[in-house]
Amino acid sequence: MTTYRLNGFMRQAITILVTLLGLLLLTFVIGRMMPADPVRAIVGEDATRETYEQVFRQLGLDRPLWEQFLFYLRDVLTGDFGTSIRTGRPVIEDILHVLPATIELATFAIVIGAGLGVPLGVLAAVKKDRWQDHLVRVFSLMGHSMPIFWTGMIALIILYAKLGWVGGSGRMSQFYIGMVPEKTGFLLIDSALAGQWDIFRSAINHLILPASLLGYSSSAYITRMTRSFMLDQINQEYITTARVKGLSNAQTIWRHAFGNIRVQLVTIVALAYGSLLEGAVLIETVFAWPGFGQYLTNNLIIGDMNAVMTCVLIVGIIFIALNLISDILYRIFDPRTR
Amino acid sequence: MSATSILDVRNLSVRYNGTTCDAVKDVSFTLGRERLGIVGESGSGKSTIGRALLKLLPTAKVIADKMRFEELDLLSLSERQMLDVRGKRMSMILQDPKFSLNPIQRVGHQVAEAYRRHFRCTKAEAREKALAMLDAVKINDPMRVYDLYPHEISGGMGQRFMIAMMLLADPDLVIADEPTSALDVTVRLQVLDILDGLVRERGIGLIMISHDLNLVRNFCDRVLIMYSGHMVESLAARELDNARHPYTRGLLAAQPRIGGSRKPLAVLDRKDDWINAVEPTA
Repeated sequence: MTTYRLNGFMRQAITILVTLLGLLLLTFVIGRMMPADPVRAIVGEDATRETYEQVFRQLGLDRPLWEQFLFYLRDVLTGDFGTSIRTGRPVIEDILHVLPATIELATFAIVIGAGLGVPLGVLAAVKKDRWQDHLVRVFSLMGHSMPIFWTGMIALIILYAKLGWVGGSGRMSQFYIGMVPEKTGFLLIDSALAGQWDIFRSAINHLILPASLLGYSSSAYITRMTRSFMLDQINQEYITTARVKGLSNAQTIWRHAFGNIRVQLVTIVALAYGSLLEGAVLIETVFAWPGFGQYLTNNLIIGDMNAVMTCVLIVGIIFIALNLISDILYRIFDPRTR
Repeated sequence: MSATSILDVRNLSVRYNGTTCDAVKDVSFTLGRERLGIVGESGSGKSTIGRALLKLLPTAKVIADKMRFEELDLLSLSERQMLDVRGKRMSMILQDPKFSLNPIQRVGHQVAEAYRRHFRCTKAEAREKALAMLDAVKINDPMRVYDLYPHEISGGMGQRFMIAMMLLADPDLVIADEPTSALDVTVRLQVLDILDGLVRERGIGLIMISHDLNLVRNFCDRVLIMYSGHMVESLAARELDNARHPYTRGLLAAQPRIGGSRKPLAVLDRKDDWINAVEPTA
C-alpha cells in the first residue's frame, strides 16, 4: 500500500515535470513564431544595420534554435524572465505587481460563484421541473448569456453613479493610492497589516461589484453542472436505501448524494477558478482594474514578447497547480481513488 | 386472519406520472406474521407494490380503498410521519448491494445510521448496536469489516450488510425486493438462510418480491402471482402445484427440471383475459 502510494506520487511528480517542460517549449515557440521582431522593438525603426546586427547577436538569435531553447531554460530556472521593452523593468517584477490584483478579484469571484452556484444547482435538481427549477435555470441562463462588459457598465451606472452603494473603478479610491506600503501586493492583506481600515473598507467596496459580476457569470456554469451531477445521483439506488432508513429528503441529499458529487464539483470549480485567474480582460477594462488580464492583452498588442511568454507560462503553471490540488482532493473525497 | 394481520391492502392502484396505464391495478392482500411471496415477470408491478407501501413513489399517483399497517392508515400519513415509519417499523432490502450502498461511506457507518436515525443514542452506542447486528448476520470479524468501503466487500457480504441495516431498528415488516437476484448462486442460500432465521426469530412479517418460483415456494408461506399489474392468483406456497390460473400454470410448465425431458421448454401463450383473477383457493 505504501509503496503503491509512493509510486503514485512519483508518477505525479514526473508528469508535472514533463508537463512543465512541454509548457516551456510551447512558450519558447510562441516567442519565436510570433510575427514580432524583438530586435526592432529594442533598437527602433531608424537604427543602422550594424546596431541591429549587434543586438541580434546579443540576444543570441544567431545561434541554432535548440541552443536558444537551452539558454531560455537556463534563464527561466535562474528566475530571469527577461526585461520588458515597454517598462524597462524585469518582466517578473511587473507581473508580481499585477497578479495579486487578479488573484484577489478571482478568489472573491469564485467564492461567490461557487457559493451561489452549488446550492442553486442542488435546489434545481431536487425540485426538477417545478417552478424553483425553472427560476434557477432562467437565472443561470441570464448569467451565461449577458455580456459581462455590458452588465459591468450597467451595474456601474446604477450601483455606483446613481445609488453610490459601491466604489467605482480601480482597486480603491483615488485618494488612498500610494498610502499603503506594498508588502504582498494583496491590497486587503496589506491594508489590514498596516492597520489602515479605511483603505481596507474602500478596497472591499471596490472589489465587491466586479467580483459579484464575475461570480455570477461563473455561477451560471457551476449551477448547470451541479444540477446535472445531482440528478445523476438522485436516481441511484443508494438514495432509495437512505430514504428507506427513514432519512428525510434533505438529509438524503446532503448526507448521501452531495458527498458523491464533490469530486466532479472540484473539477469544474477548479477550472472556473483557473479561467478567472487567467484574467478577466473585459471586466478589468471596464473597472480599470490593474490586473493580469489587462497586462497580458496590452503586451500582446504591442508585441512585448518577454512579457507575453512569461504570462503564458504563469497561466500554464496555475492550471498545473489547480490540477494537482484537484487530484489531492479526489483522494480525500473518494475512497475508490485511494 | 384480519385480527392478527399487520398489513391490509384493498384495491391498490399505482400510475406513474406521464403514463396512461396503471403499473399496479386493484391489488388487494393481507399479511399476518408470515412470509408472503410476490412473484411475477419484469414490469408486472411487484416492486412498485413494495415502494408504494413505503410511500417512496414521488413521481406516481397511488390510490387505494385501504392501506392499513398495524394501527396506521398509510394513506393519510404525511411525509413527516412516514419518516418515523420507514426504517423503524417497515423497511426494505434492495436488490444489488453494488448500487444500494453509498460508495463513499464506510459500510459500518451506513448500518449504524439506520439506528441513529430512530433512537437517541451516542455514536458509540450506535456502533455497538451495528456491530452486534453484523454478528447476527454472520459477518466474521465485524470490527475489521465495519470500516471498509462498499467496493472493498463482496456482493454476498454487501447483502448481509443490507439485511443488518434494514433489521437494526427492529421493524415489524420487511419488504425484500429480489434480495438474492444479484448474488452468485452459491451465496444465495446462505443469505436467504440468514434472512429467514432473523425473520422467524424476531417474528417479523416479510414480503418477498421475486421472479424465482422455486425460491418462493421453499421460502414463503403464501404466494401472490402478479401479471401485468394485476394480482391474478393468491395461494398457499405448498399449493403452488395446484394453481388454477393459466398464467401460473404456464409459468410452472416453463420450469426446467434436472433430469427432466430434454425437449424444448413450454412457452407462455399469452391471452388478453389473463388479467382477470381466479377466486382464491384458501
